[in-house]
Amino acid sequence: MQAFAEYLIAGLLLIGGAFTLIGAIGLARLPDFFARLHAPTKATTLGVGAIMLGSVAYFTVSEGQVHVAEILITVFLFLTAPVSANILAKAAMHIGVARTPETHGNPWDQ
Amino acid sequence: MFARLGFPQPFLSLCLFLVWQLLNDGFSGGSVVMGAILAWMLPQLTRNFWPERPALLKGWLLPLYVLRVLWDIVVASISVARLVLSPRKPRPAFISYPLTLEHPLAITMLASTISLTPGTVSADVSDDQRILLIHALDAEDEQAIIETIRSRYEKPLQEIFL
Repeated sequence: MQAFAEYLIAGLLLIGGAFTLIGAIGLARLPDFFARLHAPTKATTLGVGAIMLGSVAYFTVSEGQVHVAEILITVFLFLTAPVSANILAKAAMHIGVARTPETHGNPWDQ
Repeated sequence: MFARLGFPQPFLSLCLFLVWQLLNDGFSGGSVVMGAILAWMLPQLTRNFWPERPALLKGWLLPLYVLRVLWDIVVASISVARLVLSPRKPRPAFISYPLTLEHPLAITMLASTISLTPGTVSADVSDDQRILLIHALDAEDEQAIIETIRSRYEKPLQEIFL
C-alpha cells in the first residue's frame, strides 16, 4: 500500500477515535441530562463518519476496487441519531428530569 | 388502472435505488435490475401508509442543502468537542422556535438538521405544529440562535418544499 494512503487512513482513524472519546467524556462531564444529549448526537457522529471514511479508503486501496457500502452506516446514523435524541428529550421532559439551575427558559408542560 | 402502476413517489424510488447500489458496493448488472424492481415495488406496497405526498418544489436544491448540513456537522462536532474539554460551564437553554414551515416532512427535516448541528437538539413540536422546542447546549443569545436557524436552514427548506 502506498505510504500516502497509509497516512490518510491512520489520520482518519485517529480523528474518529478522538471524537468518539470526546463524546464519551462529554457524556460524563456535562451538567445535566439535556446537555448530555448533545455529546452523542454530534461528536460521536463525526467520529463514526471519520472511521467510516478510513474504512472506505482502506478497502478501496488494498483491494483495488471501490468500496462504498460503509457510507450507508453513516447515512443511517444521520437519519436515526436525531430521532433517538428527540425521543430521549421528550421522555425526559415527560417524567421531569432535573435540569441545572443555569438553564434558561422552560420546556412546556405536557 | 395504469395510473397505479407508475412511481407514486419518484424521490423515494430514487433513494431506494441508490441505497441498493450502495449495499451492493457499486453498480453492476444484477444490482441495477434488482434496484429498479425494489424502487418500483416498495413505494407501491407502502403507498397507503403515506397520507399525502410531499411537494418537492425545487428538488435540485436538496443536494446543496445536504452538503451545507454535512459541513455544519463537522463544525458543530468541533465546537461541541471544544466545549466538552474546556473548563467553563455551558449555559443551557430551552428555546421556543416559531415555525414557518408547514409540511410535516419539511418540519421533520428541519428538526433533524437542528439536532445534528451546532449545540442544539430539537426536543419537541407543539401539537399544532407551530412551535419547535429546542434545547441549546450553550446559548449566549437566544434570539441569535433563532435567527441563525431561520436564515441558514428554514429558508432553504422553504424553497425546496411548499
